[in-house]
Amino acid sequence: MIGITAFGGYIPRYRMSRMTIIQNMAWYFPVIMAVAGGEKSVANWDEDAVSMAVAASYDCMTGKNRKALEGVFFASTTMPFADRLNAGVIAAALNAPEEGIANADFSACLKAGTTAAISALEAIASGERSNVLVAAADMRKAKMATMAEMFIGDGAAAVLFGKDDVIAEFKGSYSLNADFVDHYKGVGKDFDYQWEERWVRDEGYGKIIPKAIAGYLKKTGANLADFAKVIYPCYFTGTHRGIAKQLGIDPSRLQDNMHNVCGDTGTAHPLLMLASALEQAKPGDRLLLAGFGQGCDVLGFEVTDKIKNFRPARGASGSLAAKVDLPNYQKYTKFRDLITADLGIRGEANPNTSLTALWRKRKMILGFVGNKCTACGTPQFPSLPMCVNPDCNEVGKFEDYEFADKSGKIQMFTGDMLSPSVDPPAVYGLVEFDGGGKAFLDFTDCDLNQIKVSMPIQMSFRRRMKDQTRGFTGYFWKAVPKVQG
Amino acid sequence: MASGIKDKVAIIGMGCTRFGERWNDGPEELMVEAFQECVKDAGIDKNEIQAAWLGTCFDEVMVGKSALSASMALRLPNISVTRVENFCASGTEAFRGAVYAVASGACDIALAIGVEKLKDIGYGGLPEFSTAIGTTNALWFPNLTAPGGFAMLASGYAAKYGLDIMDVKRAMAHVSVKSHANGARNAKAHLRKPVTDEQVMNSPMIAFPLGLFDCCGVSDGSACAIVTTPEIAMSLGKKDIISVKALQLALSNGTEIAYKWDGAHFTTTTKASKAAYDEAGIKNPREEISMMEVHDCFSITELVTMEDLHISERGKAPKDIMDGFYDLDGKLPCQPDGGLKCFGHPIGASGLRMLYEMYNQLLGRAGDRQIKDPKFGLTHNLGGFPMMNVCSIAIVGKYGT
Repeated sequence: MIGITAFGGYIPRYRMSRMTIIQNMAWYFPVIMAVAGGEKSVANWDEDAVSMAVAASYDCMTGKNRKALEGVFFASTTMPFADRLNAGVIAAALNAPEEGIANADFSACLKAGTTAAISALEAIASGERSNVLVAAADMRKAKMATMAEMFIGDGAAAVLFGKDDVIAEFKGSYSLNADFVDHYKGVGKDFDYQWEERWVRDEGYGKIIPKAIAGYLKKTGANLADFAKVIYPCYFTGTHRGIAKQLGIDPSRLQDNMHNVCGDTGTAHPLLMLASALEQAKPGDRLLLAGFGQGCDVLGFEVTDKIKNFRPARGASGSLAAKVDLPNYQKYTKFRDLITADLGIRGEANPNTSLTALWRKRKMILGFVGNKCTACGTPQFPSLPMCVNPDCNEVGKFEDYEFADKSGKIQMFTGDMLSPSVDPPAVYGLVEFDGGGKAFLDFTDCDLNQIKVSMPIQMSFRRRMKDQTRGFTGYFWKAVPKVQG
Repeated sequence: MASGIKDKVAIIGMGCTRFGERWNDGPEELMVEAFQECVKDAGIDKNEIQAAWLGTCFDEVMVGKSALSASMALRLPNISVTRVENFCASGTEAFRGAVYAVASGACDIALAIGVEKLKDIGYGGLPEFSTAIGTTNALWFPNLTAPGGFAMLASGYAAKYGLDIMDVKRAMAHVSVKSHANGARNAKAHLRKPVTDEQVMNSPMIAFPLGLFDCCGVSDGSACAIVTTPEIAMSLGKKDIISVKALQLALSNGTEIAYKWDGAHFTTTTKASKAAYDEAGIKNPREEISMMEVHDCFSITELVTMEDLHISERGKAPKDIMDGFYDLDGKLPCQPDGGLKCFGHPIGASGLRMLYEMYNQLLGRAGDRQIKDPKFGLTHNLGGFPMMNVCSIAIVGKYGT
């Protein structure tokens, strides 16, 4: 049996009420008031598609062996690198093996997530691989005062496919291609270019998704009535329901499009909706999943008894619940570089990233791997050639020690107004890890006035720097204080 | 067993510029200004100097690498000149080079000069140091600045002793109030206005809990010293001879940032001060040290340093500070010249500027800041950050005492 063996989701902490956009921008384009309800997820200033995919992947890999991964596929239309394997960055952040693994990026349309899933399942079905992790994420920029700004949210999802402990058996797929350009983004452009909404709704989503589902049913001989949930994205909520009605699906069997809770997360969205559905699924449930974008992919799954044995660390629902309102529209526009605010001369520093040093230290930087001394047992970061314990100081007697999944406590901290930051103050401090070891780290997803010494933290993979001159994006791990209440 | 540096080297001349925003002077002008005062004080011809050490920190924005800047500005007679850099201990490192050269017998007369021209960068605070932390650290270090790095110590200190951070901030405020009072009496100091506790407490936040008045001045300036043996000093007709009693340096080895540390003290200062007292033959520093110039880059640094110097008991520095123990009229005056806080902090010059004040106090030249009958003067530098730093300590006093 092949199919889904684990799943996870990630929605960034900030949610912005659509009323906030309206209050700030309806003067410019009142039409946005048509979709006034609910809220959209907003990635923090130090997140991007890769970092969110890493968060969803860790959520998915709870209790699973990252060292046994045989493939990491990444799907996104907002990859930070046009030429550097983005999936390879994610695999390194997961401390996946470097040998005996084939990773790949899937891009250029919003159904890339479901296409990556089909490719993963085909690789497993062929016997070439026993598992593949598919992560999908998008952090799309939208111009201010547009419908896209209202509809789009940021988020990620990850699904592990494999042969063992399958929680949802794969029941075939069907794809169709349609060069239907509802929107496009030319190379080098920051924003999507959007065609008329009415056409996109009626001729795009409204016709292509039903056609693909019909193709799947015909190919597999399945009956739509047998599916407990039908899952497809469509940010026009009326059209989303209209397609269900047209297909004869009861609204209770239609998976929510998440417009109210986070908005459309692009490439991640079908898998994020799937992850949400799997959190509620019972053994025997059949799930039909469709991804839309220049065509449509349809995949069928049947939930097994093993679903009782798996829960993601937090899941899409946990991410959705752990939210903080972002009432400051200007902050959001700065986070997405939609406005120009001065960082001062101090903020102009832009040292080049040494790619040789990054290669040598890739485990340390991307995987947050330190050392554990085999002579005295001391975990330590950063990794230097000699043990830090003054009573040991053994040379080279180390084994890798992963800090990324360790919890810890704040030993000391500050909020720095002098440091150039798009979200001042820059909060950082020294963290002591449970089980030993400490590290000097930036903090994120926190407010200075809520932090205290001894507060527990968990780690999060974040974008550390963006080199606008050279186009490089640097990543490292930050501490997220667990603020209670 | 090493015999230590005590009384092997004498300071025969010192010079120091006015510190401040010296917009119209470059590092060369500043060095010459300090050097001229120093050579005159020493009463020698500059060509009698046989070796020199230059201390600077931010070479990238100032004099460039190597010691050519000093050799050329001072038109030294083609002698050995060495640039040293060890963060905020750079000035004391230059002094150490000169002192050790004389003590070794390698030369008779040596010069130590420190300079920093910080106000050529176009923004407040120290130059940003993204390129100064090393290639690997640049891949992961937090987005920190100097005030932020030291501000962390206040949270660690308050937590360790169960204090409200605002009570610690009140003691920190008095550190600054005291230094401003002293700086106001010093014509060479950068900041010369007295401030109140309320002004310090309410100053704009720089890095929690450090406000603007918890941070030292960022200044241009230069200071220098000429050293020789006590015997040569006597042969030059010097009567009151100021000699080096101790000179110690301690550097972090990674335990604070990566192993065990309470986050409430400086490991390096704790060790370097103990070694310095041993070298100087001091048994009870709280009673025997007459005065100090310590590294008050930020008020919290000075507060914690009082404990690391084994003068205030652990956890008791706030009480000593509030009791006026370190005020100019207190038992052990600290920062009589205004400290980094008010005299200013041109990094490479700071260690030598501290020695300049101790030297003048020991010679009775400190005017209305004069401390009565000082015996031992201590200087202290702390470069880097609380969790990885360089500490230097010097003790000077009258020769033969």
